[in-house]
Amino acid sequence: MAKLVALTRLAAAAIALAFMVTWVAPAVAQQVNPTANAVQEQQLLKSLKTIDGRGTIPDKKSYVLEQPGRDWRHFHQVTLHWIGGIAIIGVLAILVIFYLTRGMIRIESGRSGRTIIRFTAVERFVHWLTATCFIILALSGLNITFGRTLLLPLIGPSAFTTWSEFAKYAHNYLSFPFTIGVVAIFLMWIAGNIPNRVDVEWLKRGGGMVGHDHPPAYRFNAGQKMIYWIVVIGGTAVAVTGYLLMFPFYGGLGVGDMQLAQVVHGIVAVLFVAAMLGHIYIGTIGMEGAFEAMGEGTVDVNWAKEHHRLWLEEEMARVGPNESQTQPQSRPMATPAE
Amino acid sequence: MARMKFLCDADRCIECNACVTACKNEHEVPWGINRRRVVTLNDGKPGERSISMACMHCTDPPCAAVCPTNVFYVTADAVVLNNKDLCIGCGYCFYACPFGAPQYPKTTNFGSRGKMDKCTFCAGGPEADGSKEEYAKYGANRLAEGKLPLCAEMCSTKSLLAGDGEIIATIYKERVAKRGYGSGAWGWQTAYRETIAT
Repeated sequence: MAKLVALTRLAAAAIALAFMVTWVAPAVAQQVNPTANAVQEQQLLKSLKTIDGRGTIPDKKSYVLEQPGRDWRHFHQVTLHWIGGIAIIGVLAILVIFYLTRGMIRIESGRSGRTIIRFTAVERFVHWLTATCFIILALSGLNITFGRTLLLPLIGPSAFTTWSEFAKYAHNYLSFPFTIGVVAIFLMWIAGNIPNRVDVEWLKRGGGMVGHDHPPAYRFNAGQKMIYWIVVIGGTAVAVTGYLLMFPFYGGLGVGDMQLAQVVHGIVAVLFVAAMLGHIYIGTIGMEGAFEAMGEGTVDVNWAKEHHRLWLEEEMARVGPNESQTQPQSRPMATPAE
Repeated sequence: MARMKFLCDADRCIECNACVTACKNEHEVPWGINRRRVVTLNDGKPGERSISMACMHCTDPPCAAVCPTNVFYVTADAVVLNNKDLCIGCGYCFYACPFGAPQYPKTTNFGSRGKMDKCTFCAGGPEADGSKEEYAKYGANRLAEGKLPLCAEMCSTKSLLAGDGEIIATIYKERVAKRGYGSGAWGWQTAYRETIAT
């Protein structure tokens, strides 16, 4: 009997225990942390530059939840200002110093009064098309980076916005003729701008910028070739990145790609402006007789003799001097400077 | 003065998109523009979370820093607002924003953008509070009426909290303490340089 009671107790205890186990088990399960394997922001940010998800609106770029990096902000607010400031003010300073020490580079043998055709009407048209667009693009572009600091305090927010909006449209629309100009320049002058051995000599002699040296050159000297390639390569870079910025997020580009396009566009553009300041200087107040080449299209024969001797020899052999004008009789042909 | 913030409790968000709809309706936001959106992470996988995101009204806002025409200003309640009269639609604020908040109506040719539109924390713009002009440009100014942003008010699970940073942080902390878990205040570290210790 006692044995039966003991057995029953044991069975009851076993059943009770079994019940307890089955009852306790779900309670344990409920205490499992539901966020244990949930996505964690800091963990995602550590492993990724942006946090992307899925959304329900058509705007795909809105699926980026967070892009915490502030590199682009730093580039735009600090780096670009320094690069642009140093490049542009630096070049201007060099030009001022150069002008004050060297002055305008004269035609040493004086004007012969005889001219030779240097650039055709088509060439000049393409040059000035590109140049006009470039100046407006440069000013409106610099306005985006430097206007808020330099111009806004002077003219006030309302006028500054009116000007900046106009400048933005000018920047967008004039990019098209500018691009056409760059392509035309590339095709039109490629033949004269392949680097060769004469350029090495020209560069070794510093382009004749120091002293009264006149290293020989064909149609374009090494300095002009550099300008040519800056225009072609720099122009292509600003055009490509510019169109990416103008047609934002096309072709599945993300915000990171847009930032990169702006970085390239900004850096190339300010360096381009700095380089063109040098080009404008030497083509105007820097050198006597240089502006006429792009102005009227003709240059004085003595100018050509001093700066592009090899080209002049080629041209003389081919067509002779410009006979469409009356040549002065009294003045004999000046002796070469070299 | 309060320091207004948003907090989305991702453990409560059920991705119903009521906040998105409430916002669009309250402010009569133009077609194609969403001031608020819901993004789902790890969709369909264990640990999936949805987060309602809009302008976080950052401390030291990157949009204001990069803006070429100085469009942005911060109110006494630390709400980041934009003056549409000064905007030229360059798109730089979108590149700088960590949360993809700025939106642009497609108004003109090419991909060119109209004047930027974003979440105002239901606080309107620079025009007179509650004026017609303000409503047309920025939508309702609920803050001036003593009300909080409608997205948070409408939230069916009270996942989205809007209000003074201290208060909503306390609410969130209490929740985390009571239920024993919380996946954190999304975006706070990026926006405010601080997060909620739980």
